[in-house]
Amino acid sequence: MASYKPVAIPVVPKLGEKITQDTLYWRGYKTPVQIKEFGAINKIDFSPVPPYNYAVTASSRVHIYGRYSQEPIKTFSRFKDAAYCATYRDDGKLLVAGSEEGSIRLFDISGRAPLRQFDGHTKAVHVVGFLSDKYRIFSGGDDYSSSVWDIPSATETVSYSEHSDYVRCGCASKLNGDVFITGSYDHTVKVFDARTKSSVMTIEHGHPVESVLLFPSGGLLVSAGGRYVKVWDVLKGGQLLVSLKNHHKTVTCLCLNSSGQRLLSGSLDRHVKIYSTTSYKVVHSFNYATSILSLALSPEDETIIVGMTNGVLNVKHRKPEESKEKSQKKRQPAYRTYVKGRNYMPKQEDFYVSKPGRCILRKYDKLLKSFQSSKALDAVLEPHIRLYTPEVTVAVMQELNRRGTLRSALAGRDEKQISLLLTFVTRRVIEPRFTPVLITVADMITDIYQPVVGQSALVDKQFLRLQEAIGREIDYQEELLEVLGMMDALFATLTEKRATYLEENKSNGLTKTLDQDISI
Amino acid sequence: MVAPAALRVVRCGGGALHGARAVFSVGARQAGRFLLCASGDFVKMYSVATEELVRLLRGHGDLVTGVQLAPHNHLQLYSSSLDGTIKLWDFTDGILIKTFTVGHQLLALYALPASEDSVFVIIPKRDTYQLVSVKLTKAAGQDMEAKELSVVLEGVDASPKCTAFGREVYSPLGDWLLSLLFKFSLRATNKKGGNNVFTCVACHPHEDCIATGHADGKIRLWRNFNHKKEYTFSTLHWHHDKVLDLAFSVEGTSLLSGGVESVLVQWHSGSDCKKDFLPRLGSAIEYVSISSDGTFYCTSHTDNRITIINSNLRFSKTIQGLIKARDIKTGLVVDPRTKALVLNGEPGHLQFYCLQSDKQLYSLDIVQQEYIHQAGLNQSDLARVAFSAQGKWLATVEEREETDLELQLKLWFFDEETQSFRLNTRISMPHEDHVTAMCFRDMDEMEDDSLMLVTTGRDCVFKVWVILEDTDPEGNWSCDFVGSYHGYQATNCCFSEDGSLLAVSFEETVTVWDSSTWDLKCTFCHPPGKIRTICFGRLTCSKYLIGATDHGFLCCWNLLSCALEWSAHLNVVVLQPDPLSEYIAAFSWLFKESSLFVFKPNEPRPICIQRKFCKERIQFAAFVPRDVPETIGSEKYLWLRRSQLFFLTDTQELMTVSTKSLEERLTLSSKQLAVEESLPVTPFSLLLGKHRQQQSQEDVDLGKILLHTPAHVLPSASFLCPIFINSLLVSKENKSVEEAPAEVEMESEGAEDDSDEENTVTEMKQEDIMPTESLGETTHKLSKSEEKELRKIRKTDYSWISVF
Repeated sequence: MASYKPVAIPVVPKLGEKITQDTLYWRGYKTPVQIKEFGAINKIDFSPVPPYNYAVTASSRVHIYGRYSQEPIKTFSRFKDAAYCATYRDDGKLLVAGSEEGSIRLFDISGRAPLRQFDGHTKAVHVVGFLSDKYRIFSGGDDYSSSVWDIPSATETVSYSEHSDYVRCGCASKLNGDVFITGSYDHTVKVFDARTKSSVMTIEHGHPVESVLLFPSGGLLVSAGGRYVKVWDVLKGGQLLVSLKNHHKTVTCLCLNSSGQRLLSGSLDRHVKIYSTTSYKVVHSFNYATSILSLALSPEDETIIVGMTNGVLNVKHRKPEESKEKSQKKRQPAYRTYVKGRNYMPKQEDFYVSKPGRCILRKYDKLLKSFQSSKALDAVLEPHIRLYTPEVTVAVMQELNRRGTLRSALAGRDEKQISLLLTFVTRRVIEPRFTPVLITVADMITDIYQPVVGQSALVDKQFLRLQEAIGREIDYQEELLEVLGMMDALFATLTEKRATYLEENKSNGLTKTLDQDISI
Repeated sequence: MVAPAALRVVRCGGGALHGARAVFSVGARQAGRFLLCASGDFVKMYSVATEELVRLLRGHGDLVTGVQLAPHNHLQLYSSSLDGTIKLWDFTDGILIKTFTVGHQLLALYALPASEDSVFVIIPKRDTYQLVSVKLTKAAGQDMEAKELSVVLEGVDASPKCTAFGREVYSPLGDWLLSLLFKFSLRATNKKGGNNVFTCVACHPHEDCIATGHADGKIRLWRNFNHKKEYTFSTLHWHHDKVLDLAFSVEGTSLLSGGVESVLVQWHSGSDCKKDFLPRLGSAIEYVSISSDGTFYCTSHTDNRITIINSNLRFSKTIQGLIKARDIKTGLVVDPRTKALVLNGEPGHLQFYCLQSDKQLYSLDIVQQEYIHQAGLNQSDLARVAFSAQGKWLATVEEREETDLELQLKLWFFDEETQSFRLNTRISMPHEDHVTAMCFRDMDEMEDDSLMLVTTGRDCVFKVWVILEDTDPEGNWSCDFVGSYHGYQATNCCFSEDGSLLAVSFEETVTVWDSSTWDLKCTFCHPPGKIRTICFGRLTCSKYLIGATDHGFLCCWNLLSCALEWSAHLNVVVLQPDPLSEYIAAFSWLFKESSLFVFKPNEPRPICIQRKFCKERIQFAAFVPRDVPETIGSEKYLWLRRSQLFFLTDTQELMTVSTKSLEERLTLSSKQLAVEESLPVTPFSLLLGKHRQQQSQEDVDLGKILLHTPAHVLPSASFLCPIFINSLLVSKENKSVEEAPAEVEMESEGAEDDSDEENTVTEMKQEDIMPTESLGETTHKLSKSEEKELRKIRKTDYSWISVF
C-alpha cells in the first residue's frame, strides 16, 4: 500500500566544468603573486638545480628571483637595449642571454659582468640556449641565421642561414649534444645537427612559429604558431601527429610539466591550456588578465609562472598538501551499545519480524500530509530554506498550486509576511527554473492584496521592486531575441545553397506523389 | 480436435470486480478462506490467504448484480444477475445447483436467515424500482421458475446500497423498519435541501440503530425510531464528499465508512471523536464488507481492486484486476521483457498487466507525487509511454493541464539487480505543447549508440533525444536534433525496421528523414485529410510505408520509388503492425460497427476480413508475442500464429480474437483448477494432511517394492495379490472425502501422459472412469479373475466415496 509521497524537489544538473583528477590537481595553487617588471616578459627560465631560482627576461634586464621572493635576488642589466631569452645551463651555474643589438652574453650566476660575449649576429638575437654537451651555445637571430658557438674560445663554430625569416624560437635536444631545433617566422621548423653543414629536417608548420619544444625522449616535437599547436613525430621523419586548435589567438609559449604527462600552452588570448600528452585533449585551462608571452613550470610543478605583455609576472605556488590526520574522527558509540543485538544469529525456528524502515518527513511534508497548506508555506519561508534551498520553497509552492490551495495559503498574511514573500518572488522570479511557478504566485499575490495596496509603504515598495525586476527581465529577453534574429540571419546566409537543394527535393517528391494519386 | 471454424471475439479478463459487495465465505472448517465477488458475468472466488483466483463461477448471461451466501448453508451461494435469474451455487466445488428464473432484471439481492425459502430482490417497475421477495421452491430439478413475487416496498432506489435489513427480520417489524427508513429519507431531503441526499444505509446487527450516509459527507445514526416521531439522531462528520458505503462490525461496536477520499474510516461506538483511519487505499471505495467472524474487512474500489484489511485496520492483501483508468492516453503497449500489457493504471502510475493470469504484475509510480482524492482537481497524469526494443529503456511523458501546461519527459532504465525501472533522466517541458507521439530506435545488432528517442509535439517540431555518456556511466539524455516541416503540427512518428529511416507525419504530409544525417529524404501526401497513423512494413515488406488518413484512406507508399503503391478507401481507426511478421491489422469504424482487416503491405488484398465483429469503437490494439507459436489449421488465420491480437474498446473492455472454440478454452481452465484444489489450506488440515501422508506412504512403499523389485525374486503373484489389495483398502478407508478425488486426479494426469491417444476434449468424461483405470494399470500383472474381483471391490469402494 502506498505511503505518503514527499514533495519531489527537482534537481537541476550543475552546469560548468566537471571535476576530474586534473582539475583538482591544477586548482591546487594558491592565489597568485603579481610582480611588476619594466617591460613585456619574453622568457622565464627555471634553474634546473635547487633552490630552483628563475630568470626573468624583460626589457633590458634579466632578473633572478628566488622561488618565494618578491624582489629579485640578482639582476643582470648590462644590456644597451632589450635582452632576450635568458636561459640556464643544465648545472644552473651559467646563464646566457641574447639581445637586441645582436650580441650574446654569457653570465656566471655568482658574478655580475658577462664572462663571454659572442658577436656575430647582425640583428637582434631572440633565441639562445645551451646544447646538452654544456660547452656550446646555439642561437637564432633576426638576420635569418642560426649559429653554434663554442664557449671556451668564444667563437662561432658553425652558422646556418637556411631560414628565410626571423628565427624566434628554438630548443636543444637533451639526448644528443649536437642537435638543436629552431623555429622561424618563415613557417618552418628546422632540425640542425652541429656536425653537418645543413639542416637535417624541415617541418612545415603553416604559420609563423612562435615556440618549439622537444619531448624529453626526443621523439616528439611540439611547435606552436598562429592558433595551432602541432605535435610531430621526429623519428618518422617529421610526420604530423596531431594538430590542436584550442586557442583563438596566437599561441606564444609552450611548456611541459615535470612528469611529461601534460603539455601547457600560453596564448595571446589570455589562456593557458593544459593538454594530456596521451589523448591531446584539454584537461584544464587557466585564465589570466592579459596576453601571455612566456610560461614556466618549476620542477615538481611547485610553481607556475606566467609572463604577460604588460610586464606583470604572475607567480602561483602550489598549496601544501593537507594532512588528513587533522580531521578528527567522530566519537563512535561505545562498543557495547554498538554491537547490542547485532550479532544475534536467528535460529531456525525463529520467526523473523522485519521492521519497516522509518521514513523521516521534513516539516513541510508533515504539514502537507495533514493538509495544512498555510503552515506548510510558512515552513518553507523560514530563512534557511528560503535563502539556501529556494528550490524547496518553489517546489512546495508548486505542490500547493497542484492541490489548488495555493491561493488560500497565500491569503491572510500580515505586512511583514507579504513583504517577505514579495522579496523572495522578486529575487527568484527571473531564474528560469522558478519562473513558471513564481509568476503564478506573483499573480495570486497581486490579486489577493490588490484591495489593500497603498496601506503599507513597505509592501508598496516591494511591489514596485517586483515590477522593476520583471521589466528588466523583459528588456533582457527582447535583447536576446534580437541577437537570435541576427544569428538566424547569419546562419541563413551560410546555408543558403543547401536549403534550395532541399526545397527542390521536397517539391519533386510532392509532385510525384500527386501524379501517382491522379493516375491511380 | 475440432477444426477452427471462425474467428471469435473473446472478452479476456479485466472485468470489473466491483459489481456488488464482496462476500467472505464462512464455515467451521474454512473460516474466511474465500472471498466471493461479482465480476462482469462471473462470480470470482479468491483465496483470502494467497489472493489467488481459485474458482470462476460462470453461467450468468449478463452482469452479476448480487452475491449472497445462502443463510442456512454456508457452502452455498446465491447470485443474481441482470439476465433475470437467481442461481444457487456450491462454490467449493464450483457446481451450479439450481437456477431460478424470475423474469425481471434483478438489481440487488438480499438473503436473510429469517426467511428460509425466499430472498429479496430489487426489480425495476416502469420508472421506479420495487423491493420484492421471491419464493424459491425446494423442488428437485436444475431449472426452476420462481414467479411467486410479493411486493414488499415500492419506489426504492436501484442501488443495492440504499436498502439494508436489520435484526428484526423474525418479526414483521423488518418490513416496517424498511418503510420507516424510506420515510426518513423523504423527510430529510425536504428539510435541508438537496445536499444531504441519502447515499447508503446500514443496520446495526443487534440494536435498533440505523446508519445512513449522505451526499454531503455526513453519517447519521438514527435511534428510537420505533416511537413514531420521537426518533433521535446523531451526526458523524469526517468525509468531505459523498459517503459511498457503510458497514457495521459484527458486534456492532464500530462502524466502517468509505468514500471518494479513498480512506477507510472506523468509527468507534458511534461517537464523533473516536475514529481510526486507513488512508491512501488508492481509489474511491465503492463497497465495504466484513467477514462473518469479523476478522477481515474488505473494500471494493472503483479502479477494479479489492483490498482485504485486518480487523485492526492493517492492510493485508490486495486483489487487483485490470485497472480502469479514467482516460487511457498511453494506448496499449507491450513490455518486451515480461510480455505484459502496459497502460495507464492508478492515477500517475503505469500498470503492467499480465494477460495470462488476468492479474496486475506491478504498478510503476511515474509521477511520484501525492495524489489528492478530490473532485475537480487537475493532477498530473501519464500521457505517453514507449519501450525500447529490449525493454531496457522506458520513456514516459506526463502532463498536467491547467492555465499553462506542465510536461515532463522521463527516461527510465531497467535495473537488473532490483528488477525494476529506475529514473535516469527527467526533462521538464520537452515540448512547448502536448507530445503527440514517441518512439525509440533500438536495434539488437548494434550497440548502444543506435539508441535514440523521437518525440513529436503539437508545437510543430519533432525532437531527437540521445544519451550523452560522458557524465554518468549510464549516461544522461539530451536533445540532439529538432526538426520541423513548414510549421505544421507533428502528429506521429515511426522508425523503419532497420532504424535508418524516420517517418514523421505533419498534419497532411508524411516526411521521411535519414536518421544518421537528419536530412529530409522525401515527403508523401494523400490529400485530402490529415494523417492519423503511420507505420513501416516489416521483414519482406520493409520497403513500404503505410498511412491512414482521417478522410478514410489507407495508403501504402513504396519507399524505393517514392510513389504510392496502392490505396484503399477505408476509415481506419487503429493501425497495428505485428512486430514478428509482416502482417498489419487495421480496425475500421463504419456504421457503428468495428471491422478488422489484416493485410500484408505488398498486396492490397486483405488476408483476413472480419466485418462487424464488435459493436464498439476500437481505441487501441496491440500484438502480444506468443511464447510458443500456435498451430493454426486455416490459411486465413496464419497471422495469429506468432502473436495474439488484443484490443481495447471505447468502454475499456479488453478483448482478443481467437480461433479456438469455447470448449477448448473451458477445459484448459478446469484442468488448471484441478491442480489448485489439491493445495493444503489451514494449519489444522496441514497437520492432518501430514499425518495422513505418512499413512498413505506405507502403501505407496509396498507398491513401489512390488514394481521395482525384479520379478524373478518376488514370490508368486497369487501370494502377493491379497496383501496388495488389503493395503489399498485400508488406506482408502482412512482417507477423507475431499482428499480422495484429489489424489485420483493426480494419478489420472500421470496416466494421461502415458496414453497419447487420449484427447483433451474428452477429459471431463475420463475423470469419472479414471479411478478404475488407474488401478487397473497398477495391477496389469495380475490374473484376469483376480482383476475382476479387484474391480468389484474397487467399484463398491468408489460408490461409497461418491455418497459424500
